[in-house]
Amino acid sequence: MVRAVNPDYTPHHPKWYRRRIPIFWWIRKRAYVKFIARELTSPFVAYAAALLLMQVWALARGGAAYARFLAWLQLGPVLIWHGALLIILLFHTVTWLNLAPKAIVLHVRGRRIPDAAVVAGHYAAWLAVSTFLVWLLVRGW
Amino acid sequence: MAESITIEVQRYRPEEQSQPSWQTYEVPFQPEWMVLDALNYIKDNLDGTLSYRWSCRMGVCGSCGMMVNGEPVLTCAAYLKGFTPGPIRVEPLTGFPVIRDLIGDMSDFLEKLSRVSPWIMREEEPPLSKGEHLQTPEQLAEYKGYSMCINCMLCYAACPIYELEPGFIGPAAIALAQRYNLDSRDQGAAERMKTLSDAEGIWACTFVGECSTVCPKNVDPAGAIQRYKLAATVDHFKSMVLPWSER
Amino acid sequence: MGRVKEPILWALFSGGGMVAALVLPALVFLLWIAAPLGWVTLPSYGELVELVRHPISRLSIFALASLSFYHWAHRFRYTLYDGLQLYHLNELIAVLTYGSATLLTLAAGFLLVAVV
Ligand code: SF4
Ligand code: FES
Repeated sequence: MVRAVNPDYTPHHPKWYRRRIPIFWWIRKRAYVKFIARELTSPFVAYAAALLLMQVWALARGGAAYARFLAWLQLGPVLIWHGALLIILLFHTVTWLNLAPKAIVLHVRGRRIPDAAVVAGHYAAWLAVSTFLVWLLVRGW
Repeated sequence: MAESITIEVQRYRPEEQSQPSWQTYEVPFQPEWMVLDALNYIKDNLDGTLSYRWSCRMGVCGSCGMMVNGEPVLTCAAYLKGFTPGPIRVEPLTGFPVIRDLIGDMSDFLEKLSRVSPWIMREEEPPLSKGEHLQTPEQLAEYKGYSMCINCMLCYAACPIYELEPGFIGPAAIALAQRYNLDSRDQGAAERMKTLSDAEGIWACTFVGECSTVCPKNVDPAGAIQRYKLAATVDHFKSMVLPWSER
Repeated sequence: MGRVKEPILWALFSGGGMVAALVLPALVFLLWIAAPLGWVTLPSYGELVELVRHPISRLSIFALASLSFYHWAHRFRYTLYDGLQLYHLNELIAVLTYGSATLLTLAAGFLLVAVV
């Protein structure tokens, strides 16, 4: 009764089909592209941390070394690259802060604080930290 | 005005083919039709060999999930007019082995679901004479969202990790574990943590977040998993500081 | 590398993600864009050295750097693992990512304790 044309087919035994997952599965859907972009901010986070250490190291090696470091920072390509870095890190910040309430569920007197309030709290913290850094590092105004 | 719309359906008949193929049907376009109505039209009028699952036609049984134009949806709740002018591509849910045409095998999920003990666990059951377990509206609100799951598997189809790593327990099962963990009557959280705190449990999740986007019942499995990670981490540090207090 | 518990790695990842999210944009903008372009004036060399030598600064820079490195290690490990389907290289990837973060953390500690 069964018209077996598939040579691998055995009657009464399930013959499942499983698709092969393409290597670049994450370019096939917008949401996945956004996900992978978010995940790929991590090398840039590490770069920023490393560069900060390099700047501290330049400071430690004396005025001349520090001046060389500052001159490097002023090169056109370096400035463009750091502009891109800023955009990438802002993307990290926004995606990170928006997702924070998913993990962090707070209660006040038995009532759950709405997600929007948790997000707002995180943005307020970002503003406070940024303001503090401006106060700490910017002179002459 | 378009009077018909093209539907491309992925066919897989294991007796006859070792790879799936596409078949195209023209169905009348009715603005009030869902994708499922179009499939029923095909089955009734054009091709009786087409196989797919459905039951309630009202978004509660969870059996009619399919990929429509690459997105997992309940076909009984997806208007044809949302996909005009067509063609509309209908495939079985990704992540599950295909048995035939649009039918996937869900037994993997059922096995995993049983692993998270999705029922109220008690250390000891108080006698009936003590009366019922009372619960305040706030306590109900803690888990109610997670209890709305209809096991439609859209979240599994949306999750790339589940397809990549079939061992992953997956979104709905973890959300259902949370549904019981967060129930004030339940005492099984520590037991469930044993299953869920390993590499195939919550830690396999990288928070793609698509499970919550596609869920027709707003269960938010992605949120459930991230909360679980935080709770597991806090637990872990507590047991490091106070090794004698926890089992 | 022994079996480190996932909760610890996740705590380092999350801590790093949070610190990086709050601190890095302002830092990148001030130190590496606004100052080189002359939009703002940073403290002088001497003031900066003094600032960096303060124990609170040393500790903060160390925490920021180390957590950021572990944040990268954890996230990048999963990007390689799932993104490129390198399941057979799981152990190697873990050693390389967390190992690099550990080395960088040690370097940061050495710099901030012994060099500055
Ligand atoms: S969590 Fe949502 S998408 Fe997943 S099975 Fe339940 S109802 Fe369906
Ligand atoms: S047929 Fe029951 S949910 Fe669609």
